[in-house]
Amino acid sequence: MEFEWIQIPYSLLTLFIVVNFGFLMTAFIQKIAARVGRRHGIPIWQNYIDMFKNYGLRTSISHGVMFYLGPVFRLTGGVGLLMFVPTIYGSVMFSNMSFAGDLILALYFVFFGTLGMALGAGESGSPHAAIGITRGLSQVTTAELPFALAVFSVALQYQTLSVTDIVAAQQGGILTWTLFTNPFAVAAAMLSFLGSMMRSPFDVVVAPQELPIGPPTEYHSSFLAMMQTNRAIYPIAKIVIFMNLFFGGATNWPVFFLKVFLIYLFSAFVGVVFPRFRVEQSIRWFLVWALPLGILAIILV
Amino acid sequence: MKEELKIRTVTGPDGVKFEVDPITDYFCDAPPTVQPAAYTKVIEKFFNWARSESLWVLGFGTGCGAIEMRPLMTPRYDAYRYGVQWRATPRQSNLFIVSGYLSTKTLKRVIRSYEQMPSPKYVMGLGSCTINGGMYWDSYNTIKQLDQYLPVDTYVTGCMPRPEALLAGFEALKKIIRSGNGEGANEYAENFDWYKANQKSVISDWDMPDYNW
Repeated sequence: MEFEWIQIPYSLLTLFIVVNFGFLMTAFIQKIAARVGRRHGIPIWQNYIDMFKNYGLRTSISHGVMFYLGPVFRLTGGVGLLMFVPTIYGSVMFSNMSFAGDLILALYFVFFGTLGMALGAGESGSPHAAIGITRGLSQVTTAELPFALAVFSVALQYQTLSVTDIVAAQQGGILTWTLFTNPFAVAAAMLSFLGSMMRSPFDVVVAPQELPIGPPTEYHSSFLAMMQTNRAIYPIAKIVIFMNLFFGGATNWPVFFLKVFLIYLFSAFVGVVFPRFRVEQSIRWFLVWALPLGILAIILV
Repeated sequence: MKEELKIRTVTGPDGVKFEVDPITDYFCDAPPTVQPAAYTKVIEKFFNWARSESLWVLGFGTGCGAIEMRPLMTPRYDAYRYGVQWRATPRQSNLFIVSGYLSTKTLKRVIRSYEQMPSPKYVMGLGSCTINGGMYWDSYNTIKQLDQYLPVDTYVTGCMPRPEALLAGFEALKKIIRSGNGEGANEYAENFDWYKANQKSVISDWDMPDYNW
């Protein structure tokens, strides 16, 4: 597949759909979590209002260049991740730029936003941000280990690093999904997925009760609004990777919405049931429970 | 002045000695300016609606009224339904609820937190203590009228007000914001000297810059 100019508006359309879906879905998930606590929860459009309000604030201060670039890096991470994997398999309109990048590039983008955020929050000078970043990076690093092993296992299984080819190999019905052909890799990756979604039990990084919300402590107005936009894009972009690698991808939008929602719901369900881990507990948990599964997946393949 | 706020010489990790003046180096003390509604009327109206429907409360419990805010987060009253959320940092909040009596020691922290909030910002006085001192009317150590020190947008009366009263207060505040009258931050900037003189008249150990944000 070659690059054509028409793919740029097509990709922007994908981005538009994903942003709106992201805002509505995260609000819906928050409502589900609220119902577990017998609350009504926020209105479904609350995330839009919060974002408009933050863009509409009149004053903002900066702590330097990296402080500006932190949210920009984070948004780049989310958008880049989305752009280099096929959102809808087999569709010319919604395959984005997936011919240009492979799985390794996607792995880089998963980490890119976190690193940008670390530099930006570090420059804000708030000690809470520094503590949050330290916790966040150590937790995300250990959570990435089983995921990386699972990705290698899948790449070995299909003998390719191209996401499109991996989805293509799973198109023969539900039993051809990686979920059934390589269950240990999927198990390791899904445990690692919990760690990267910033939900309980792995949300000590941004826990408002423990330290004033960690890395974004100093971020406000349009900086924060940009990060909120990314909060809508990034989880979906990451789920798209999981969906493509392990759950057979999606060939149309309804299937896409359903699969993304169910994968997200997995982390939400775990989140409302289990209390928060401290950071050393979560690191130990990943190393003890998720990492052996990843190693097993590599050995069995 | 406290020891850690005095000018001192520090040796950096590379061995270079330099002078640190905490008050000017660590704080920005440029006085606040009036921030005009910079957009056309329609857009400003839209933003005012968004501001009113997304009130982020600074989680700073100053007096006994703070206990009335907890039921608002839990199933019985659930203020999240009305777009009211609690934030842990002043940088991200735009509604300061002064919940009850305010000792002069707390007033100092309240001023610093208020000044760090991005404009436009709103202040709600909760309980009779913020209106006329309430049961602390003759105390030597609490302030009596909150609007002498900070621009207050709305008061919720009672001692203590029930959570329902607080919800009604949120609705009243939303009306004020939607009508375009929630300009407390600009009022503070316009009458900056008056507010500062009042604040300094009760705070005896003023060891911070005039404006720190």
